[in-house]
Amino acid sequence: MNHNIFGFHPGTTPIHQLTGTTKLIIFLSLTIFGSLSFDLRYLLLLSVVAIGALFVAKIKWTDVRVLVWLVIVFAILNLILIYVFAPQYGTHLFGSKTVLLGSGAYALTFEQLYYEIIVFTKYLFALPLALIFLMTTNPSEFSAGLNKIGISYRVAYAVALALRYIPDIQVEYQTISKVQQARGYDMSKNTSLWHRLKGAVGIMMPLMFTSLEQIDSVSRAMDLRRFGKRKRRTWYYAQKFKTLDWWAIALTSLLIGIELVLLLTNGSRFWYPFK
Amino acid sequence: MEKKNGLSTRSVVAVGIGTAVFIILFKFLAIPTGIANTQINVAQAWLSLIAAIFGPVVGGLVAFIGHALNDAISYGSIWWSWVIADGVFGVLIGLAGKYLHFADGNFTTRKIIGFNLAQLVSNIVAWLVVAPLGDILIYSEPAAKVFTQGAVSTLVNVISTAILGTAVLAIYNRTKVKKNSLEHEA
Repeated sequence: MNHNIFGFHPGTTPIHQLTGTTKLIIFLSLTIFGSLSFDLRYLLLLSVVAIGALFVAKIKWTDVRVLVWLVIVFAILNLILIYVFAPQYGTHLFGSKTVLLGSGAYALTFEQLYYEIIVFTKYLFALPLALIFLMTTNPSEFSAGLNKIGISYRVAYAVALALRYIPDIQVEYQTISKVQQARGYDMSKNTSLWHRLKGAVGIMMPLMFTSLEQIDSVSRAMDLRRFGKRKRRTWYYAQKFKTLDWWAIALTSLLIGIELVLLLTNGSRFWYPFK
Repeated sequence: MEKKNGLSTRSVVAVGIGTAVFIILFKFLAIPTGIANTQINVAQAWLSLIAAIFGPVVGGLVAFIGHALNDAISYGSIWWSWVIADGVFGVLIGLAGKYLHFADGNFTTRKIIGFNLAQLVSNIVAWLVVAPLGDILIYSEPAAKVFTQGAVSTLVNVISTAILGTAVLAIYNRTKVKKNSLEHEA
């Protein structure tokens, strides 16, 4: 059974050595600035950096294969949906129309193709970034990092609790599910929707009540240990910034700086040189 | 009990464990309806219960953190506009629960209607207003596409919360002792 839903693999590469805080800052800032930008040059630069980092982190293809294929299918589906619902969105965005193929409302235009390529490159950099973050960050360091970037330690602790309890609840879920199936609950496509719903409720109810009880007992235990009485708390997994961290943050700042310069010179989030 | 320092311990734990359950339900317990790509989402029913019991802050945090973590694990990238929309849904249901008391042991017909009106409004605000607007503002996606997606998920979420959310709340309330159920005897 896979207890490690996040797929964290310990390692010794430079990216593994970065603190959780650094990785969190890089992940959040690059994904946010990346989603803001519609500049193909910048998105390609980010993709190259992210994919390069994937190799530096020595992430194995077999570990990420399933997720990568899933995201590719999802991305293509999204691109098709955009085309189905707004086949001329590109022309509307860039203010020109260059028909490549066909005619009528669904004519394939160069502008539409260009827009959809931009959307695709967004997956191209976001996925490697997320993979690196998920696979090289110890979940406990992640929560300590959340607190360090200014999020209230209560919320950071709640995230730590969530990460701590996901494997437990997964085991519990599977146990309940098997027990209920042994009692004749069927959730497969072989039965009617009503039976599937009843099956889902049959699994959910026990899970719900044990979890609510767990909330009570864990919060009492934490109260007894005086959780939340002070303004600050320390973290077992708190880490000090090293030279490597500062370099990584400097590189990220440089990337953000480039984005800001591009935004100013383009005058908008888009870059379209073919007018 | 000190209440000034932000979240209470109980709320912190409710967010933590609530999020864990939310993610597991999201990942493992989606009921196929038979229509392609449309699943009845059991996690949303759990979210309604948690928001009704613990209030808007816990509801919003469970939805926000849960959705963001689940996106990261399942799709490799976080789709912020929908994460925010889910957070809004959690807050709204929590607010409704704060005034209408869905979880005090007395789930009358009036409250069932109240809950369903609240979830209808919250779902519409979250998936038909916040999520598509976020898609347009953040991701600059075509309006026709995102509003269609929003409409489909609103419909699915309203129906699944109406069935599962109501069922879950009704069963939860049966385990609670009714308010004012004790009588004073001289």
